[in-house]
Amino acid sequence: MINILTYLFSGAVQSGTSVLYGVYGEILSERVGVINLGLEGSMVMGAFGAYAATAQTGSPLLGVLAGMLLGGLLALIHAYLVIARKANQLATGLTLMFLGLGITAFFGRGYVSASIGGGLSAIKIPLLSDIPVIGGLFEQDILTYLSYLLGPALWFLLFKTRFGMLLRGTGESEEVVYAYGLNPKRMRYIGVVMGGMLAGLGGAQLSIAYTKTWIEGMTNGRGVIAVALVILATWQPLKAYIGAYIFGGAQSLQLVLQQQGYDVSPFLLLMLPYLLTLIALFIVSRRKRQVMPAELKKIVESSVSS
Amino acid sequence: MKKFQLRLTAALCAAVLVFASGCSGSGGSSSDGGDAKKVGVGFIFIGTRDDYGYNQAAYEGSLAVEEELGDQVTVYRQENIPETSEATRALEQMIQQGATILFPTSYGHLDPALVAAEENPDCIFFHQGGLKTSENLGTYFGTIWESFYLCGIAAGMSTESNQLGFVGSFPIPQVLLNINAFQLGAQSVNPDVTTTVVFTGSWSDPAAGTNAANSLIDGGADVIAQHQDSTKTIIGVCESRGVKSIGIHADASELAPEGWITGAVWNWGDLFVDMTKTALAGEFKGSKYDGKYRGGLKEGVVDIAPFGANVSQEIQDAVNEAKAAIISGDLFPFEGEVRDQDGSVVIEEGVRPSVDDLETCDYLVEGCIGSVSE
Repeated sequence: MINILTYLFSGAVQSGTSVLYGVYGEILSERVGVINLGLEGSMVMGAFGAYAATAQTGSPLLGVLAGMLLGGLLALIHAYLVIARKANQLATGLTLMFLGLGITAFFGRGYVSASIGGGLSAIKIPLLSDIPVIGGLFEQDILTYLSYLLGPALWFLLFKTRFGMLLRGTGESEEVVYAYGLNPKRMRYIGVVMGGMLAGLGGAQLSIAYTKTWIEGMTNGRGVIAVALVILATWQPLKAYIGAYIFGGAQSLQLVLQQQGYDVSPFLLLMLPYLLTLIALFIVSRRKRQVMPAELKKIVESSVSS
Repeated sequence: MKKFQLRLTAALCAAVLVFASGCSGSGGSSSDGGDAKKVGVGFIFIGTRDDYGYNQAAYEGSLAVEEELGDQVTVYRQENIPETSEATRALEQMIQQGATILFPTSYGHLDPALVAAEENPDCIFFHQGGLKTSENLGTYFGTIWESFYLCGIAAGMSTESNQLGFVGSFPIPQVLLNINAFQLGAQSVNPDVTTTVVFTGSWSDPAAGTNAANSLIDGGADVIAQHQDSTKTIIGVCESRGVKSIGIHADASELAPEGWITGAVWNWGDLFVDMTKTALAGEFKGSKYDGKYRGGLKEGVVDIAPFGANVSQEIQDAVNEAKAAIISGDLFPFEGEVRDQDGSVVIEEGVRPSVDDLETCDYLVEGCIGSVSE
């Protein structure tokens, strides 16, 4: 029993970390009033960029940087199209998702068999990793540790700094930012690109830290789920963990249930992460709409009515 | 999702990267163009050639055709072809380039290939793994569960915890047969052994595979087998956690110098060459390939990979002995009595089911832990 719990906790974190980065990224993007459905694209670009750069240079650090760069780059295209060209955010995002998947499948062919050696291996934190049951949380790779800390860090950035206040202001009311003597477009670019970089970081965690594999389409919808989980987090970085770990935990739970040999269809169990996510969204969605950034609300409402 | 992605992948490659004829159109072709006398042989693959998996095995088969019959044929190849009408298009395109013998190598390429076969009655199609055939389309496959039985023997003798793990993709007959043969092989040398089975719901999701392998290892399994398209990830996890691994499709021993035991592998080369020769000679109609051809260890279509460095002589001898017995016909992995998880007899005492019967398998055998209920 203890074994199962230990596995459930560490499994939730391991399956949830890439999604968590995605949620952080999407929060930043939506905080400045831009929905980025292309997050999956940024994530897969990050996974590919990190793997390719690590395989080429042997340095996982360069890999991480390359992953962030590529993830940010795809988000920059999104930012340009929706901010400068006023393109439809939802259509642009979806297209960029497939562009990211396409580009990486094409350029990634040569890297499927490439090896990156150890990549970013797990680092045991003394004392903390000896705690029963939750010790596994402190036997992870460095990008997972970074993801633990990023919640409070982003919260501080958004709510305790002037820069963060302007970012949020951009998503709430452009006029206020104008009145402040700043160009909201610039803030918007920053938010979207930073969001893409974080998603890229999530992809890097998936390819060079967790699985040490590159294969086309390896994000398998994790970036898409992250977009949905932002609502669960009510656009708060400190609550990003909830959705990401519910999703990750359900992935691990279904594996544990399969191993118990209960007479339940594996197909049904494989749906569990998505069902739990949907249920969670159902429970919170009604009252959470009030806290959606106002500029975002305009986008959502105009897309629904048009 | 994967199909959708791959289709868009192909479309985007063509549109965005502005390659004149599209990357998936002529990318993998090794044609030199104008040689009109040569017969075209076309291969389409669902993934990339070097995934230590299913596609690599089929790709190596296509290389054998080129090597052996290169003076008579021109080989065309296209990778990353999804299991949609895109496959029909890819086949048609090869036919336009001059291919008359076609190898759609993924299970889901069957229906698109049947469409192309009907429209091109002069071409011969060989489909990998299909259960449907037509006038000019035959299917071939290997009874790779024979190899899994042998892997099971090696695993059953290697385990110390008596717990084996198996990471499956989907609970479909081909996968279930492999799991069952694996457990039966292990049980034949170690009556106490069990195989815990988890399905990832994907042929290729490295994160789900990693997660599944980790959960099996945490549950106590010390030998992990798998049925996924790309085997690299799970073998990597096993090696880093110090447990032993069993591969599938292609030899991946270099990924696990410590823990590699062996693997169930395809050996398509000789078969592909022979099928191509049959078609070239115009003898497809009525040949053994006209219909559903199934080859096994005896025909050399499937085999086991070389043993890992840490596999004892005793284990190797036991496996090789069983292999010889299967080839000679003395041993049949699914010879009754075989019971399912509930203890009900699914294969009667002394019965050797036909391959057709086996390919309707929808149960796990006694000793497996896991569920396949609908």
